Amino acid sequence: MKKHLSRIGFILLILLTNPPAGFPAEAALSAKAIVEKAVAAAYYQGKDGRAQVSMSITDAQHRKRTRRFTLLRRNVSGAGVIGDQQFYVYFHRPADVKKMVFMVLKKIDKDDDRWLYLPALDLVKRIAASDERTSFVGSHFFYEDVSGRGMDEDVHELLEETDQYYVIQSRPKKPDAVEFAYYKNWVDKKTFLPMKAEYYKNDDRAYRRYTVLKVELIDGHPTAVHSEMKDLIGGGKTVLNYAKVKYDIGLPETIFSERYLRRAPRKYLR
Amino acid sequence: MSVKLRNRLTPSRRGRACPAPVIAAVILIVLTASFSATQAQEINGFFESRVGARIYKDPDQKDLSIGEARLQLETEKEFDAATLHIVADFIADPVLNEYESDLERGQGAIDLRQANFLFSPHDSADVKIGRQILTWGTGDLLFINDLFPKDWNAFFIGRDTEYLKAPSDAVKTSFFSDVVNLDLVYTPRFDPDRFIDGRRISYFNGQSGRRAGRNAIVQAATPDRWFEDDEIAGRLYQNFRGLELALYAYRGRWKSPGGFDPNTGQATFPALSVYGGSARGALWRGIGNIEVGYYDSEDDAEGDDPLIRNSEFRFLAGYEQEVVTNLSAGLQYYLQRLSDYTDYVRTLPAGSAKADENRHVLSLRLTQLLMNQDLTLSLFTYYSPSDADAYLRPKAAYKIDDFWSVALGGNLFFGEEDHTFFGQFEKNNNVYASVRYGF
Repeated sequence: MKKHLSRIGFILLILLTNPPAGFPAEAALSAKAIVEKAVAAAYYQGKDGRAQVSMSITDAQHRKRTRRFTLLRRNVSGAGVIGDQQFYVYFHRPADVKKMVFMVLKKIDKDDDRWLYLPALDLVKRIAASDERTSFVGSHFFYEDVSGRGMDEDVHELLEETDQYYVIQSRPKKPDAVEFAYYKNWVDKKTFLPMKAEYYKNDDRAYRRYTVLKVELIDGHPTAVHSEMKDLIGGGKTVLNYAKVKYDIGLPETIFSERYLRRAPRKYLR
Repeated sequence: MSVKLRNRLTPSRRGRACPAPVIAAVILIVLTASFSATQAQEINGFFESRVGARIYKDPDQKDLSIGEARLQLETEKEFDAATLHIVADFIADPVLNEYESDLERGQGAIDLRQANFLFSPHDSADVKIGRQILTWGTGDLLFINDLFPKDWNAFFIGRDTEYLKAPSDAVKTSFFSDVVNLDLVYTPRFDPDRFIDGRRISYFNGQSGRRAGRNAIVQAATPDRWFEDDEIAGRLYQNFRGLELALYAYRGRWKSPGGFDPNTGQATFPALSVYGGSARGALWRGIGNIEVGYYDSEDDAEGDDPLIRNSEFRFLAGYEQEVVTNLSAGLQYYLQRLSDYTDYVRTLPAGSAKADENRHVLSLRLTQLLMNQDLTLSLFTYYSPSDADAYLRPKAAYKIDDFWSVALGGNLFFGEEDHTFFGQFEKNNNVYASVRYGF
């Protein structure tokens, strides 16, 4: 009897750590493969890309703030390949951050390198990698939401497969390092874009929800051009709009250097 | 008078005044012309009002430490081959109450912050010519190899930190390559600091052996011959996989007075060369930096001229990281070591306060972001165990909306003695408040 139980326990353990790759059985893709495709679809389109981003932030007291910036992104390992990335964020609005530049070298296996350029002082400031799960420029989006969360930081499980979505549940490998217990992602089966994400606390209460409001096909890449992040407990939300999106604009690697921190690369920012 | 004390003489340069209306007209014409040239031309800037008061009564100063209204206008115009960038501040400052414009010292009704052309003569070279703000080096509010002009008055009376940097009238040429990058900055006529001269900030006057302010405004003989009293600064640098290395060299003059001429009674700016290096990179859970520099006081090579500042070795090491979410801390250790100390002591006039051979300074920056990053609480502290003095810069800044922001802050000096670097400013302790509308 005891032996029997331990065998059941062993099978359960295998099921938990290595969940069957999706029900029903004919599903060909594992949760990990889906997540990989989703990350590539959401964050690695093309070799590089540019967007004019505007954020409309509404806090719990219904006060509105806006942020406008140009975002340049370049994949170090090439088109659609998940790997290191370079980001160049040039701020237009509000006035107090105008012409500031935030530059990130995002590294898969190490902390990011980050710089901030303050034009009034002509100061190139190196900034310490911060908690990735803190607000990006005061919005409801986190740094990680903008640049992507490391795939290997969570254990992914395919919860459900509907006509339209793969529903993936992800649990952090280091629960102490994050504020959520787990999150779910609704990944579009055709485009592999994550169309909705919900973050849960330990009591299974959703407290944060990301929703894609509009997708456009740009240069062959389905792109979430309009999305929002809602704080379901405190209230408030941030609406994110991507305009003038373009991929494969031929961004040279040198753009992501001190030279262009001090001297904005206008040609690529328009 | 000791070398150390003489260094704190803070004289002024006269005779470069330009009539304010002329400059105002020129700037406005340029701004209007660029505005009407294309509809898309943007003018940005802010309007700000800032008021501050001294905590202690100082018979040598006014009670208000700062009281000014400031309009900053900025525009950028792209031509085919170059970009023109202009930033001009228009100021009403009843505390100083001097409206004759002196663009060099940034006083009067106009402070022209930037007016420069930027162009690329070659794919791997940039040139910026004209009035510009220049910064390099790795220290946080501590400078070794950055010998571009600073405005210490603005810093101590509580203007926004951007005003610590005074503009240079210079040509900056930058060359870029895969191996190494080079910046060369040529300033055809010496640009000194906007140093402490007693008009706004009281200082320790070595001649009288006591603190002085508006009663003893320091007079300085500022070298001002074009292409003769010039400065050149260079930086070789490269980023090796996130580790930023740089070498620096400077040839010019002490930026705040470093000498005294007993015949004229004027403070002087003796010749100075500086050689140094720095490294900055990811370290443990944050950013580490180290910087060294040798200040070669060429007019006092032996260190035995009591009227000219000795050579110095300077060292800086810093570390910054996010301690907990939205709270970051930056710690720095800074050393200023006098060369030829025995010669300095031997030739020091009797009765002068003696500087230590080593001046140690620790600094700590704490920054807390609150309320969706709309509220920033910060405290920057300098503390010198060797001088037994300190300087605290607390500040609370709140963004009301996309346009309006307010700030409250202070400049607090403490010291056991009247003559030490921060201690001498004790009478200037002040608190200030500001309101800004950005557009």
